Amino acid sequence: MNERRLLGSMLAACVIGLSACGGSGGSGSASGDSRGGSLIVAAAASLQSAFSRYGGQLANAGQGPVRFSFAGSDQLAAQIELGVKPDLFASANLKLPNQLYAKGLVEKPVVFASNRLVLAVPAGASKINSIAELAKPGLTLAIGSQTVPIGSYTRTVLSRLPPSLEKAVIANVRDEEPEVTGIVGKLTEGAVDAGFIYATDVQAAGGKIKAIRLPDALQPEVAYGVAIVRGTSCQTQAQAFVQGLLHGPGQRDLLQAGLLPPPAR
Amino acid sequence: MKRTPRFGVLLGIALAIALSFLVLPVVAIFLNTGPGQLIASLGEPTATDALRLSLETSMIAVAMIVLVGTPAAFLLATRTFPGKAVVETLLELPLVLPPAVAGIGLLAALGPEGILGGVLRDAHIALVVQTAGVVVALTFVAAPFHLRQAQSAFGAVETSLLDASRTLGVGEAGTFLKVAVPVALPGLMAGLALAWGRALGEFGATLIFAGSYQGITQTAPLAIYGQFSSNLPGALALAAVLVAVSAALLLSVKILSGSAVLGNAAR
Repeated sequence: MNERRLLGSMLAACVIGLSACGGSGGSGSASGDSRGGSLIVAAAASLQSAFSRYGGQLANAGQGPVRFSFAGSDQLAAQIELGVKPDLFASANLKLPNQLYAKGLVEKPVVFASNRLVLAVPAGASKINSIAELAKPGLTLAIGSQTVPIGSYTRTVLSRLPPSLEKAVIANVRDEEPEVTGIVGKLTEGAVDAGFIYATDVQAAGGKIKAIRLPDALQPEVAYGVAIVRGTSCQTQAQAFVQGLLHGPGQRDLLQAGLLPPPAR
Repeated sequence: MKRTPRFGVLLGIALAIALSFLVLPVVAIFLNTGPGQLIASLGEPTATDALRLSLETSMIAVAMIVLVGTPAAFLLATRTFPGKAVVETLLELPLVLPPAVAGIGLLAALGPEGILGGVLRDAHIALVVQTAGVVVALTFVAAPFHLRQAQSAFGAVETSLLDASRTLGVGEAGTFLKVAVPVALPGLMAGLALAWGRALGEFGATLIFAGSYQGITQTAPLAIYGQFSSNLPGALALAAVLVAVSAALLLSVKILSGSAVLGNAAR
């Protein structure tokens, strides 16, 4: 445990040495533009377009700059466990923020959006029009790795297929990407024949990817959770950011990026 | 200028800072990995597949780099031609490219939609999401290390030696193989070791160009990244093994090559 903490604090020192929200930030006086109060948000890769727009708006409205770290939610959660402290953690599932909450590392997570999975193919001349065609021998398929939310949602979808079809589809998987943006990249470059991504990624790829809707029976519930990281020095700013996501301009940006309101309880 | 003792102390402090900064993360990896964990992690298929794939692909990449790069470096070291500086700069470019940029560039060049995509498809050569793609990515990022080192090694070979060989009627090829290569061997081996080390550590270009799949494209660095979120002890153990393997390779090549790098001062 002790050694783990050592590694954690080393990581933390690298990542957050730069910022002190609310703190005077006096040490940075030499660097000209000192951005004392910037809010640090660690967010799922699939939130990139929505959050970037929201962050820009907040900065324009004079509510202080926001800095984002976009990656696979599982990678961000692992960093938080090792002592990296962003102010907020926004995950593409509830499981990871709930796990961190159980360990006392973040405050109680709030669901702020939902999303849908689609089967995606490169826009030009695709050989695939339905999920059943993924079983064709020789096709290549990219999915998320087991630990990243897009990967576990995809495995849920596949497990709802008839067993023989599931087996044939899994046999065509040639790439397990650590985050959804990697799958999108492989699709836009035509490096694979198909992949499972979020509906919002198709919109963000601007016409390079074609989405094939999944039957409702296969669709998993994709809920996004956000949690304030314990010990943040940006409590007020972080709360305002979350409020904006739930009821304010952030919600508009989420919807504009194609995300959906939180699933009905 | 005379060296003052005070300046010597300053140099010593600088070295101590550099050493501790560069060594601390490596030490931390081993501190976090017990011998039991190390052995257990070596028994996991993810780890063994990744290590095997890393060794295989990096060895093929280094073989190709040495085969093509050594004569190319000899040409650069022994001839002048217009635009040589431009050629050298272009060859060194991958050294300063971010690996992600290298991966995107490889996709744009050799991917299915890339400029040579059609040619490769007609020749039934598949690179993306294939082991061959890993070799291509490793070769691209590692080649400049060997090219640079080999060029300076050949550049240090006395021209009189090469001239004597030619005067004695040994052809250009014979002079290259029997005189230049043996004389430059320590430098060439150092270049090989650097290229090998870089290939073993490659991450970004491989992920973007070749993808990540156990046993096919998931090299050790990709497996370490993959395990970071779910299995930190496993990731650390695999990291420790990779560090040990890389260090052993570097060291053995250096020893074999007559300590070209380690023992320069002793000669």
